[in-house]
Amino acid sequence: MRGQLQWQIATVKAIRPETPEVKTLTLSLPAWVAHRPGQHYDIRLTAPDGYSAQRSYSVASEPERTGEIDITIERIADGEVSTFLADTVRAGDRFEVRGPIGGYFVWDRSIGGPLLLVAGGSGVVPLMAMLRHRDAAGLTNPARLLYSARSFDQVIYADELAKLAQKDGVTVSYTLTRNQPQGWKGYTRRIDDAMLKEVSAPLGADALAYICGPTSLVEVAADGLERVGLPAEHIRTERFGPSGP
Amino acid sequence: MTQKDDDLVLDGNAVAGTLSEIYGDDMTTVLAECASCGQVDHVGGLVAYVHAPGIVLRCTSCSTVMLRIVQTPTRTYVDVRAKRIAPPP
Repeated sequence: MRGQLQWQIATVKAIRPETPEVKTLTLSLPAWVAHRPGQHYDIRLTAPDGYSAQRSYSVASEPERTGEIDITIERIADGEVSTFLADTVRAGDRFEVRGPIGGYFVWDRSIGGPLLLVAGGSGVVPLMAMLRHRDAAGLTNPARLLYSARSFDQVIYADELAKLAQKDGVTVSYTLTRNQPQGWKGYTRRIDDAMLKEVSAPLGADALAYICGPTSLVEVAADGLERVGLPAEHIRTERFGPSGP
Repeated sequence: MTQKDDDLVLDGNAVAGTLSEIYGDDMTTVLAECASCGQVDHVGGLVAYVHAPGIVLRCTSCSTVMLRIVQTPTRTYVDVRAKRIAPPP
């Protein structure tokens, strides 16, 4: 537990495209503190006339990287904060942030256990922080990611996930619900109980599940995992609509 | 509920910063009990509507209002309806 959160001025250190609609910003933080994977930061933008808008963004990077964080932004049409962060921001720009925030949707080495991650679209971002932490800290907990996206070109972190999946203990499964590349061997339907059972079974009933995505996917996956035998207290959810947070 | 409305639904994690500002500590791991149906959830897991002039947190089971927050340039108004959540200090 921490006390009152303080705003600080972050500086954009680098910008990296992930997909046509998604970018990652690396932010340098003067008052950086280690986050727990799954936590987020609030970003506050203030116009010259004093109007300000605030949104919450999950940290994508692992806490082993000190002094800076990555946040991954999906560009939302008409989103007043996401369009600014996606279209206008340049390296060297500065804006206010506060964090890390949230103790509910977090996983780190102190929690341990087999890890089941279920992502819908940009809901993969906080789950990526968990996988990166697992890798950077040299942890050996089995980890399985089920990632639902419309098409493969909308998969965020695809190259890095492919590398992680070559390491011991990490399995990455995709379901592409709209378009699939030729010869695609993964799932092609919306997440359902049969899919959840196949992906979760190797981890057993001790698995801890973290589900992040649009609310419809979160509800289907959370209810489904209970139906295939995971205790409700092992399931954590974060609703991450494409219109926010 | 239309797909567009559904996409606007977030959860208590998304307003953790605002709650922390009000309560002076992380609230997402605090348990809240619905005064209507008795459902108990972590505040981080409550259903949140944030795309309006205020923030509304609702029960995951019956959608009863659990907590409402309105911030003006000078004041913050908090209306706690759930059981087990203290009023702000």
